[in-house]
Amino acid sequence: MHAMTVAYQRKPVLWDVDYDAPANRLIAIVGPNGAGKSTLIKACLNLTPRASGQVEFWGEPYRRARSRVGYVPQRESVDWDFPVSALDVVCMGRYRKIGWCRPVSRRHKEAALECLDRVGLRDYARRQISQLSGGQQQRVFLARAIAQEAELYFMDEPFAGVDAATERAIVEVLRELKESGKTVIVVHHDLQTVREYFDEVILLNMRVVAAGPAREVFTRENLQRTYGGRLTLLSEASEAIARAERPA
Amino acid sequence: MSEGAAIASELWTIATFRGGFNATLVIAGTSLLGLAAGVIGVFALLRKRSLVADALAHATLPGVALAFLVSAALGGDGRSLPALLAGAAATGALGVACVQALLRYTRLHEDAAIGIVLSVFFGAGVVGLSYIQANASAGSAGLTGLIFGQAATMRPSDVALMGVVATVGVLGALLLLKEFTLVCFNDDFARVQGWPVSLIDGLMMALVVLATVAGLQAVGLILVVALLIVPPVAARFWTERVWVLVALAGLIGALSGYLGAVASAALPRKPAGAVIVLAAGAIFAISLLAAPRRGVIASAWRRARLRLRIAGEHLLEAAHDRGVDVIEPGEIAAVARERGWPRAARIFVAWSLVRRGDARRERRGALRLTPRGIDRGRRVARNHALWEQYLVSYADVAPSHVDWSVDQVEHVLSEELVAELESRLASLGRPAPAAPGGAR
Repeated sequence: MHAMTVAYQRKPVLWDVDYDAPANRLIAIVGPNGAGKSTLIKACLNLTPRASGQVEFWGEPYRRARSRVGYVPQRESVDWDFPVSALDVVCMGRYRKIGWCRPVSRRHKEAALECLDRVGLRDYARRQISQLSGGQQQRVFLARAIAQEAELYFMDEPFAGVDAATERAIVEVLRELKESGKTVIVVHHDLQTVREYFDEVILLNMRVVAAGPAREVFTRENLQRTYGGRLTLLSEASEAIARAERPA
Repeated sequence: MSEGAAIASELWTIATFRGGFNATLVIAGTSLLGLAAGVIGVFALLRKRSLVADALAHATLPGVALAFLVSAALGGDGRSLPALLAGAAATGALGVACVQALLRYTRLHEDAAIGIVLSVFFGAGVVGLSYIQANASAGSAGLTGLIFGQAATMRPSDVALMGVVATVGVLGALLLLKEFTLVCFNDDFARVQGWPVSLIDGLMMALVVLATVAGLQAVGLILVVALLIVPPVAARFWTERVWVLVALAGLIGALSGYLGAVASAALPRKPAGAVIVLAAGAIFAISLLAAPRRGVIASAWRRARLRLRIAGEHLLEAAHDRGVDVIEPGEIAAVARERGWPRAARIFVAWSLVRRGDARRERRGALRLTPRGIDRGRRVARNHALWEQYLVSYADVAPSHVDWSVDQVEHVLSEELVAELESRLASLGRPAPAAPGGAR
């Protein structure tokens, strides 16, 4: 579906990543802290500049495929003491469809409410977002992504620090998305649930250690190569380049 | 008529727009300015750029000096306001660009970058002004007025300018409310959707420049940032919705401009700009104290009520544990000693129990529990036991250490959580404590 080669030069955190994501799968990006999981997603979405390489979506550059791509950023990346309600946040997923300078119409509000319903938060639509629990906030972000009505989703740590009810709700939504033909790429932390939740795995530690169907790739040996034996040479090279670029 | 009454009557005359043409003009101008700055300031606040606006305001001074020199050299009147404001806008925008460049290309943090730009630009402006004072024939009286503001010199054309600025600010906020809110809340998401975030940021900043430059004459460049910051912050105490915040901030800004101009007209020799800022500050103080949810008094009241409720529940629980229906004063004193309540709190605890219908007063300060109070005591005791069991069996807390945390939590357990605790303990095969309503 799309081949991506991503590398950085200013502070290299990902080297020569090459991956072709199959369609209609749930894909986990797994790796230790600092492996570049979030960076990989952000580089794909043009949020972080790439030093070299390109990312293609259905054979096209990102700016042409935008309307078909949804995004769930990390929960901590925003200020939750912001004067908007849960419904307002979900409506943001439809802003592009609404267009410049036009208010959110009743039709779009209804659609957003449906999305809140799918994550079990219909009754919380009017709540100010700081009055939601962490798990509920995460589900609001998920509902906003659903509201984008995309075909390919990127989710940055949706399972981080959520309660059991939220985890169940998210897994449920992921399955529904897959059933309706979508592809979802998820940064994931919990190794125990990888095989249960996902079809494909990318094992990442500054480079792709292994990638493919979870059953084949998610092996003890590959995990050891990802988490164990530190990639001293790569990380030292990164440090050296960073120091040279920016004298302290 | 006493002096106080004379001032009051004069205030009233001015406040009802009968204080003469000039006073009315100033009031109209500052109210419009406050409206515009309040509305625009909301987005600076939400984008966490309030202090950048301060750097911007200070960076206008060299532009004022330059504009004066240039237009004097071209043979015009150096003091023409449009030229001065154009210069101010130019170096103000340059100052903002410098802050962003410093953040982008160096390792400076925002506070330091703002401090550097603010002070260096202001210093350059002061040097420029002193050069003009020493050399220019036309004099520079009108220039220093832009530092502290001179609302009294407003002319009809200036008020018209304020009207234009207010219209642009309100229209911009109305039309782009959705886009501004999205970028302020989550710029990465906006980028992924394909919104031109830099352009939207630029529009927000352009509005801030507009409000700042418009405020130079009335409020002065040192204080103008207050009109951008204080009304939105005050409004934030009263609402959790962006559009209400915009409307309220505009209202509070206009009210500050109005009150400040009226007060400074009635009290001669008081600079209008500073009085306007003080009026805004007073509205902020009232909001901080009195706002219904986020205000200081409201949250103190909520805390006090929660503590009273918990204290009352401790009493009810103690009565339940001892199996009595009447709480004697001696028992209240015993619980109070154990919990370390101050003496006055005992009266309030008893009062709140009676008020909630959990108990009735008996002779000599004793409390007779109502069926409702008895039921609550039973429920609290049960929550206590449930939570204790949960901590011991799930969280590996030593039984001797359990009591402290239990004391806090048992009062805030929701029914949902109690149900969850019950099912978990049941799955462990432990006997749950007796259900409420069961035999005592």
